[in-house]
Amino acid sequence: MKLWEYIIYRLVLAIVVIFFVITIVFFVSRVIPSDPAALWVGAHPTPEEIEKAKEELHLNEPLITQFYYYLRGLLHGDLGISIRTHHPVLEDITKAFTATLELIIVAEFFAVIIGIVLGVYSAVKKDSWIDNLGRLFAISGVSLPAFWFGMVLQLLFFRQLGWLPLSGRVDTIVMLEHPLHVITGLYILDSLITGNWVVFKNAIWHIILPALTLAMYPVGLITRQARSMMIEVLQENYIRTARAYGLPERIIYMKYALKNAIAPALIVVGLSLAYTLVGAFLVEIIFNWPGLGRYATYAILSMDYPAIIGVVIIAASAYVFINLIVDLIQMYLDPRIRV
Amino acid sequence: MKKDEIIRVLKILIRNKLSLLGIIIILALIITALFAPFIAPYPNQAKGEPNPEEKLQPPSSKHWFGTDYMGRDVLSRVIYGARISLLVAVAVVTLGLLIGVPLGLLAGFKGGVVDAVVMRVTDIFLSFPPLLLALLISVTLGRGLENVIIALAVSWWPWYTRLIRGMAISIKEKPYVEVAKSMGISSWKIIGRHILPNAISPVIVQGTMDMGSAILEASALSFLGLGVQPPTADWGLMVSQGKDYLLNYWWYPTFPGLAIFITVLAFNLVGDVLREILDPRLRRRFL
Repeated sequence: MKLWEYIIYRLVLAIVVIFFVITIVFFVSRVIPSDPAALWVGAHPTPEEIEKAKEELHLNEPLITQFYYYLRGLLHGDLGISIRTHHPVLEDITKAFTATLELIIVAEFFAVIIGIVLGVYSAVKKDSWIDNLGRLFAISGVSLPAFWFGMVLQLLFFRQLGWLPLSGRVDTIVMLEHPLHVITGLYILDSLITGNWVVFKNAIWHIILPALTLAMYPVGLITRQARSMMIEVLQENYIRTARAYGLPERIIYMKYALKNAIAPALIVVGLSLAYTLVGAFLVEIIFNWPGLGRYATYAILSMDYPAIIGVVIIAASAYVFINLIVDLIQMYLDPRIRV
Repeated sequence: MKKDEIIRVLKILIRNKLSLLGIIIILALIITALFAPFIAPYPNQAKGEPNPEEKLQPPSSKHWFGTDYMGRDVLSRVIYGARISLLVAVAVVTLGLLIGVPLGLLAGFKGGVVDAVVMRVTDIFLSFPPLLLALLISVTLGRGLENVIIALAVSWWPWYTRLIRGMAISIKEKPYVEVAKSMGISSWKIIGRHILPNAISPVIVQGTMDMGSAILEASALSFLGLGVQPPTADWGLMVSQGKDYLLNYWWYPTFPGLAIFITVLAFNLVGDVLREILDPRLRRRFL
């Protein structure tokens, strides 16, 4: 298959998958026994109010017609109105998505630094106890239940040491006293741009624990990848030549080997992005982080089906497209994958 | 895989300290699950009997892992939880194999349109975020252990289909298969007699390595309240129930979570070494 043929195939596939997701989620959410009209009206509704709500939500029409309305709205970027919050779902999700995005970015940042340092060190000390310890650490990273590890960190850094806040994104009181001018929705970036140092510091304190929790899985992957790339590179001729010239080991590792080992290790970051997107759902619940995961949990608990469908569509689309882009980059870099 | 090859692999696994550790933990876990009623100090509490006199007691010589909000012995419940976790792991992988293997054999052997259709379907399933797919299925089918198993198996099988399809394609070209074909033996017989036995072992190895991930994902669904329902002792559920008691009664969610971690770690330790021996280029699950 030629590259452009493959790209077109993958794009079509991505669209098919997303359409599948929309269809399945739409019908699934209508099959679950619940009473959206009652939820819409609120407490103590009269029968007339319920009837009116059913009219407004198109609940009296056949399912197929409802699906048609939904798709039509979707094409106009309309995900419907959340039954729980009465806000447009798209608005809710955009807000939640930036919170999740900020968490993922910081988590991957931690993961890259820890993973590459550990991986390179393990490779240099190959087959020593340090290498074994590094391997144990990396495998632990991919074996940790994120929802539990988050709690352990809370116990340690909040309860025992009192160093970091328990949960949330920023303290409410800090936000009230130093209102943040929201530009991108990423609090750390926004507070940096506007020079709001109090919020900046507060936001950093809050993000450390959830980001570390979320980072553990990619740390494991990156450590292993960086290690095996580094081992491969260290056997190359130019490294041997450098050694023969008597260059110090430190310069060989840092200047020559690392440079060539780092790019493939970074691809793992892309590969793990999709995972962190889903992993963030669990981490957000533990840390009460106002992102997509927490929004989805509330939506599921209150059977707020426009919100459920919306979150699933956005999350699945993001997942599909992240994977698509990463696969294409990988194919571009490594022609062996083109089958 | 030949018999002496299996012995060779086992020897490497035992010689490596980390995979040996993994094997010991897995064996201990199986024994614990099998003999839970004899090992657990309070088997009745593990099955759900409340013990209101000893609510939320810290770890002591009487209750090594402390007690939960109903006064039940956490250690006993963790021991019984091993049963559920192993059951989920075996069931998910087996079900995944039962769906994935026949489809993969068919796609690889038949080729053409059948292959194209099967592979496109796996593409679609693999593009779905696994946890999200499982979540959706659990929400639709309702809560409960069986539904978690079904949900995970549905997001699991395409990996096995892909793996065995590749094996089937390479075996199909072997002379003995060509001979069988030219003798007019039916496709089903060829698949059953020649292709399946020669293609199955790497898939089974992969399946065994996947059990750790299955336990991890099932625990996440349990944690979200979609898995086993109380009063059954299940690790993910116990962490979820213990979440609200975390700050004052640390032992309650900590020990069940530790059990999940150690179990998954054990499977992954063995898997990591196996992967290096068998196929270093094999892609990790959930990338």
